[in-house]
Amino acid sequence: MTKKKLKVSAINEGTVIDQIPAKSLFKVIDILKLDQSTSQVTFGTNLESEKLGHKAIIKVADLFFEDEVVNKIALIAPHAKLNIIKDYEVVEKRTVEIPERIEGIVKCFNPKCITHTEHMPTQFTVISNEPLEIKCHYCEKHMSKDQIEML
Amino acid sequence: MTKHLISITDYSKEDYMRIMELAADFEANPNQNLLDGKVVASMFFEPSTRTRLSFETAISRLGGRIIGFTDSSSSSVTKGETLHDTIKMVSGYADMIVMRHPLEGSARYASEVSDVPVINAGDGANQHPTQTLLDLYSIYKTQGTLDNQNIFMVGDLKYGRTVHSLLMAMSQFENPIFNFIAPKELEMPKEYKQYLDSKGIKYYEHSEFTDIISEADIVYMTRVQRERFSDPIEYEKVKNVYILRNSMLENTKENMRILHPLPRVNEIHVDVDPNPKAYYFDQALNGMYTREAIIAHTLGLK
Ligand SMILES: [Zn+2]
Repeated sequence: MTKKKLKVSAINEGTVIDQIPAKSLFKVIDILKLDQSTSQVTFGTNLESEKLGHKAIIKVADLFFEDEVVNKIALIAPHAKLNIIKDYEVVEKRTVEIPERIEGIVKCFNPKCITHTEHMPTQFTVISNEPLEIKCHYCEKHMSKDQIEML
Repeated sequence: MTKHLISITDYSKEDYMRIMELAADFEANPNQNLLDGKVVASMFFEPSTRTRLSFETAISRLGGRIIGFTDSSSSSVTKGETLHDTIKMVSGYADMIVMRHPLEGSARYASEVSDVPVINAGDGANQHPTQTLLDLYSIYKTQGTLDNQNIFMVGDLKYGRTVHSLLMAMSQFENPIFNFIAPKELEMPKEYKQYLDSKGIKYYEHSEFTDIISEADIVYMTRVQRERFSDPIEYEKVKNVYILRNSMLENTKENMRILHPLPRVNEIHVDVDPNPKAYYFDQALNGMYTREAIIAHTLGLK
């Protein structure tokens, strides 16, 4: 890990989320509710990345995420890397995992699904990770990765 | 835990067998006062006379009282009440809810809101488990078993929810074989074929409807509907290909029976009707006994 890079906008304590596809940056901010956070949040986007083409990075001071929370971004940023920073040092690295159940993030692609007309959270179970396939708990329709749309 | 029947996969093989047993019992003795003093809500958010009459007759023969409505124009739904609120209210009044709704997933959601058991009488194109159970009972009754059945499914295998649910249910039994006969545009979806593969169950696909049915124990016919085709020329090409005629039954097995969820359009020629292998009208009657069985099983009355 390059200390030099982190110093660009070094944080004393907090979380750095790297390897976010640039197009998913604002969705990640939304899912992690960083727009409502009182912590110092900095981000960069359209950075060069060998793996992703264009990536984004988010640095959040004084905030650490539960696995359950951070796994919610796995659908749109499956290769995201989390660096946990304490006293300017990376003390832990984490990856994200697609949860078995997805609640309230994804929109069902079936226009005849009850989730579109009632005030209710959507729910999906993951049928397969690679390639990604999820099933609506209500209408039971299967959706593949390119059919998945965020709420 | 409240026992609901929303999808055919909510039931285990043991549940299926229990329903077979109970349905036979109700067929022998249809009038049993098991629902005495009980109220059943029959909520049809879209009309389906066939299914509703079958359910309401079953409830009546069990001595229960019925409240409800026959389509949403006569209910509070037209006033903009949510399904949540309608179900909350009715589950306070009734001991059980039978519901039909045009939106998919509505019955599952209702079961999560309701304090009393919910039986799904059809949620859009998704599930219609009581149809599947009456199909199973028809097979069980005519073949004496649900094991070792060679089932031919014919027509619209892509959108036909009845064939999908029947496939899932029959896959729980010993050594089934499936034969799918459908035009390319309406073939069995890959998720069902993958499911059969994962269970090591044999299936064969055909696009021509010929004398291959000589192997069949059950021929399950479905409607091929014009609106399913993106290209009207394709429909014109296939519409007369998947029609069962009496002449095709000559070399079929003695025990073979023809099933159809009804109503039919033209996919079974009327010259089949007098043939003893034509079972679709008896199948419909089996629905009432099966629904009596489902109600008794759901409420633990027998
Ligand atoms: Zn859905």
